Amino acid sequence: MSDNRTFDSPGPDAIYRAALENGAFQIQKCGGCGAHIFYPRAICPACGSTDLGWVMASGRGTVYSTTVVRQRPERGGDYNICLVDLEEGPRLVSRVVDTPPDEVRIGQPVEAFIGELNEEKVVLFRLAEAG
Amino acid sequence: MAHMLRGAAAIVGLGLTEFGTLPERSHLEVMAEAAHGALSDAGLTVKDVDGLFVSNFASPFLALQAAEYLGIDPAVLDSTNIGGSTFVSHVQAAAMALATGLCNVALIAYGSTSRSGGRAGQTRGPLGRVPYEDVYSPRNPIGSYAMAAARHMHEFGTTREQLASVATSARAWAAKNPRAEMREPITVEDVANARMICDPFTVLDCCLVSDGGAAVVMVRSERAGDFPKPPVHLLGIGVGVTHDQIAQMPDLTVTAVAKGAPRAFGMAGISRDDIDVMEFYDAFTINTILFLEDLGFCAKGEGGALVESGAIAPGGHLPVNTNGGGLSCVHPGMYGLFTVAEAVEQLRGEAEGRQIDGAEIALCNGNGGKLSSQVTAIFGTGATV
Repeated sequence: MSDNRTFDSPGPDAIYRAALENGAFQIQKCGGCGAHIFYPRAICPACGSTDLGWVMASGRGTVYSTTVVRQRPERGGDYNICLVDLEEGPRLVSRVVDTPPDEVRIGQPVEAFIGELNEEKVVLFRLAEAG
Repeated sequence: MAHMLRGAAAIVGLGLTEFGTLPERSHLEVMAEAAHGALSDAGLTVKDVDGLFVSNFASPFLALQAAEYLGIDPAVLDSTNIGGSTFVSHVQAAAMALATGLCNVALIAYGSTSRSGGRAGQTRGPLGRVPYEDVYSPRNPIGSYAMAAARHMHEFGTTREQLASVATSARAWAAKNPRAEMREPITVEDVANARMICDPFTVLDCCLVSDGGAAVVMVRSERAGDFPKPPVHLLGIGVGVTHDQIAQMPDLTVTAVAKGAPRAFGMAGISRDDIDVMEFYDAFTINTILFLEDLGFCAKGEGGALVESGAIAPGGHLPVNTNGGGLSCVHPGMYGLFTVAEAVEQLRGEAEGRQIDGAEIALCNGNGGKLSSQVTAIFGTGATV
């Protein structure tokens, strides 16, 4: 899985974004220490290796923390901001959608999907189906 | 053997502008007023300064701008920006430059028109796109701190009322400080029922947005007695960093104070029981709770109960933010230097109605980014060196 082309063009950031545009949520995995990495890097922050490859993210995660950004309805209303711990380990900022923002709870299981915010493809989350 | 920076440098000049709204002023004009105040306090002029330490959110070339504007011919410049803890980190850089003889008179200065803005004004928050977070519009920095508070409440049962106690304590101190912007008493209910910004924070959990400036002058301790005011000596200082983006903070309930403060205490050769007064960068109410825990004044998770007990308020045994802090005194975008300013006033015995009797040792904790950088500085009177 590791092709160690970390300093070639396109760089990890561009590769991540291109995959996202094509509907794939990929994260990196370090060939040196096995750590999963998000956001995309050129050097593994856990061990310093440049032997980084790509894997599909499982999309499964857990809400680590959450807040509601309060906003007047005419400006779009309240929305959720959260930190999600991916099953693979990395944590990312995102939003839980399709649920009232103040009903998102720490510890809830969530599932990723690729949506759009401000005309940009982004990873968003919904509450995971029970069971 | 004591660390070579312990007691190597001292603050001999302090300048503060008025706080609040300073209309039709540029940030350089506000900084110049503070700098002039600090130099006058020390019996010096800009022509004596050969080390310049400045930073803000708006100007990548601020060190050059400030040197030119103030008429300073610097041998050492530093405009590093690690968020609002900058200026406390500048104390470290200035002490190193002084101790090694690279400069003889160091000026650390900040001025901002965060409230009034204007053509030459300041932005209201950190610039620079955070590539994997800003797209979600997390209302940084508030959203990041709010998630730290939410996590602390989840893990330790910290309550809405305990967070509010930080704000009411700060306000009670501010009531004793004629310079503070917000002096009307507030209750826990006032804080909890105020307009919600980012859950669990209401507007009264969040620091002010002010115009204002501060500056200090530092020299080597060997000549610190040659100035009009009693010197305030640097005893120890330590930097800690955990992350830039909030998703990279390993544990939202543990700040880098846990890394930096032991470095500061180790250099100072004192323990936390020796501290008489503390000045924290209280950007949000959760900060004070986290810092008390990470400094070891209580176990992790017990900071809420500690502040609720009244410990940090006037009359309490752990006085924190005796000027009213960023929550009630002043917060011009970057607050770090104002923690140092209040420590200087306390250790000089100039804090009047809010003076901690017999204060000999003060601890400042600057905070930057989204709980990202922490700088702990310990200062003492001449008797402590």
